[in-house]
Amino acid sequence: MTHFAAVVLFALFASIVFGITQRETPQRMIRYGVYCFLLFVGSAIALSWIMYLIAR
Amino acid sequence: MATEENKNAATGGGFVYLPLIAGWLVPGAGHFLLRKWGRGALLAASVLGMFVMGLAMHGKLYSGAHDVLDILGLVGDLGNGLLFILSRALGLGADQVQITTGDYGTRFIVVAGLLNVIAAVDAHNLRTGRKK
Repeated sequence: MTHFAAVVLFALFASIVFGITQRETPQRMIRYGVYCFLLFVGSAIALSWIMYLIAR
Repeated sequence: MATEENKNAATGGGFVYLPLIAGWLVPGAGHFLLRKWGRGALLAASVLGMFVMGLAMHGKLYSGAHDVLDILGLVGDLGNGLLFILSRALGLGADQVQITTGDYGTRFIVVAGLLNVIAAVDAHNLRTGRKK
C-alpha cells in the first residue's frame, strides 16, 4: 500500500465517523463528511509539498 | 410536559447507558440498539475497516504502559472494546514496530479506537435525546 492510499483510506474512515456523529440530518452528514475528507486529503497533499520543497 | 413525554417516547425505556457501553464494546452496536441501522453499519464498517487495516499493516497493539506515549496509545487501543481484547487474546498485532507501514498501522488502530469512542458517545446522545 502506498502512503497516499493510506492517507485516503484514513481520511475516508475518519470522515464517515465525523459526518455521522457531528451532524443531525443525512444531507448535512454527507456534506460535512465530504468537507472533512477534502480537508484531510488536501492538507496532506499541501503539507507533503511543503516538506518536499523544504527538503530540496 | 408534552415535550418531556415526546422525548421519553422517542428515546424509549431501559438502561440509559446501554447504547454507550454496547457501542464501545462492539462498533456500531449502540446505533443498532437504537434502530439506526444505516448509521450503525457505516460506523461499524469504518471502525472495523480501520482496525483490520491497522493489523494488516503490522501495527502494534499496546499491552502495557511504560511511558506517557504508551499510556495514550493504550487508552486509544482500549477504545476498540472487544476488538482490542480479542485481538490481544488471539495474539494479533505486532509487539514491536519493525517496518515502516507498521507505524502507520499502529496509528490506524489507535484512531479506530478513538473514533469508536466518538461513535459510542453519539449513540448515548441519541439515546438521551440530546441528538436526533
